[in-house]
Amino acid sequence: MLPLATYINMRIVIAKPGLDGHDRGAKVVSRALRDGGHDVIYTGLRKTPEEIVRIVNDEDAEVLGLSTLSGAHNSLIPKICEQLVHNRLGNVIVFAGGIIPERDIEFLFRSGLRAVFGPGTPTSDVLDFLNEALIRKQNGDPVGVGDGSGWNWND
Amino acid sequence: MEIQLESETVRGGIGMTDISDLLESAKSGDRRSLSMLISAISKSGESPSINTSKGWVLGVTGPPGSGKSTLIGQMVRKWASSGERVAVLALDPTSPLSGGSLLADRIRMEGEDDLRENVFVRSIPSGKTPGAISPVLWPICGVLSECGWTRIIVETVGTGQSEFRIAALVDRLLLVDGPDRGDIIQAEKAGILELADVIAVNKSDLPGASSAAQHIRSSLSLASDDNREVVLVSAKEGHGIQELVEIIEKCEPQNTRGKMMMMERLISEWDSILVSHPEIDKITSELCDGSITVREAIEILVSSVRDGGS
Ligand code: B12
Ligand SMILES: Nc1nc2c(ncn2[C@@H]2O[C@H](COP(=O)(O)OP(=O)(O)OP(=O)(O)O)[C@@H](O)[C@H]2O)c(=O)[nH]1
Ligand SMILES: [Mg+2]
Repeated sequence: MLPLATYINMRIVIAKPGLDGHDRGAKVVSRALRDGGHDVIYTGLRKTPEEIVRIVNDEDAEVLGLSTLSGAHNSLIPKICEQLVHNRLGNVIVFAGGIIPERDIEFLFRSGLRAVFGPGTPTSDVLDFLNEALIRKQNGDPVGVGDGSGWNWND
Repeated sequence: MEIQLESETVRGGIGMTDISDLLESAKSGDRRSLSMLISAISKSGESPSINTSKGWVLGVTGPPGSGKSTLIGQMVRKWASSGERVAVLALDPTSPLSGGSLLADRIRMEGEDDLRENVFVRSIPSGKTPGAISPVLWPICGVLSECGWTRIIVETVGTGQSEFRIAALVDRLLLVDGPDRGDIIQAEKAGILELADVIAVNKSDLPGASSAAQHIRSSLSLASDDNREVVLVSAKEGHGIQELVEIIEKCEPQNTRGKMMMMERLISEWDSILVSHPEIDKITSELCDGSITVREAIEILVSSVRDGGS
């Protein structure tokens, strides 16, 4: 693991897409990322893909974390990824967490997602992922949602 | 003012020379450029040269949880649907321990997409000087105004000192209070009540709100020339919002505050020069182990500012 000092402050949007009302996980993750030194913007519940893309744009976030526990991930996440790219936000690093079955992860990676974190994830894992994603970004590796498939955290 | 800049790269690889390009495309209506421009200003402290003043700016302050964000959401909806373009800047405290910040729930903006088109919300962490108002807010308001945002609203958490700072940025200040007696006493103590141009007592759907408003009215009427309005509203149920917006629209920028505003702006610039001083870490350590005195520390800081080495 890299030393904590290498974490660089990033602007991160944590969003709850769709009708899903489970917000504990999103709040836990938001606080952990804040404590990790990042600026975190939590969107609140029930945002449409359009709203999420607008928030990422207006806040000029470098990272978007999606929290879904309702089972609608396979339709919502690719839609959000597609709209980000369409709105010149292809550089944004996108990852997700919540209740997402193993069998769906490969499909989501193909739409540009870089990591998926399930229940019981230690928050230090999420910070480590961000750290590595940032280092890769600085090296010019493709990590943005619009960069196509390539590196993924769970590989 | 000419500032010497290092060849620093800003978020997303935007260099300093791009600020004026970004401003041009932001002015033509490109929202991506506006957003990147604000990041570039926040990171570099550089102000692009613009013609307009900082525009129409309303400050919204009040105790934590009094309903500022919810109320702003309601007012924004009124303004946006009457054709104004509304920008909201939400200032949030940065954790002094981790350096990170948890930026509050974004102002809820349900409704039609063309309404949202006229609303821009941006969270701004308080950064290195907790409780202070970052000097980058001046150029950010200027840029928003230049890009055609006709109503700019700045939300701050009401914890005392920052209110005086926010009063230095805005032309109109709205104090939002809850029905809790404790909140009002807190506002009175901190002197915020004196500073506000308009006072809203929120949560009128809960018991106690109208007696709280009455309490504030009677303490204002102690000064015979004080004719400021105290409005009862419920942000949750949408009551009293139209009246509040009309009162704010009628409110004239206070010229009498001019000198105090300049003083606060000066302090805010000064603070930021101080905390971004290259040797501030070394100097505070030396103060801690007693190898220099506070006087000497100030001597060192001031002389290097004077030599232009800040
Ligand atoms: C608590 C709970 C509720 C509470 C929610 C309270 C709240 N405000 O959050 C209540 C009672 C309201 C509720 C209601 C419902 N629930 Co419920 N609920 C749960 C339960 C038991 C725990 C969820 C939780 O809070 N966990 C604690 C948090 C901290 O963990 P977490 O959310 O998983 O987050 C962690 C990781 O997933 C990850 N993570 C999460 N988000 C993100 C985001 C990012 C960016 C990252 C990096 C990581 C990350 O990090 C977190 C920390 O480790 C789960 C079962 C379970 N064991 O997961 C069911 C569960 C999620 N609920 C379920 C269902 C079906 C419902 C209901 C539809 C009805 C029902 N049958 O109860 C309603 C729908 C509500 C709605 N409108 O959406 C199902 C979902 C099934 C599915 N997806 O196929 C589950 C899985 C139960 C089950 N086995 O059937 N629920
Ligand atoms: N009953 C009632 N609750 C309200 C009203 N307005 C806001 N609230 C609730 O008060 C709580 C705080 O609202 P916010 O709008 O976040 O308050 P805030 O002043 O912006 O809070 P901070 O930014 O954290 O200081 C939320 O739970 C709101 O739903 C109101 O008019 N009536
Ligand atoms: Mg708020």
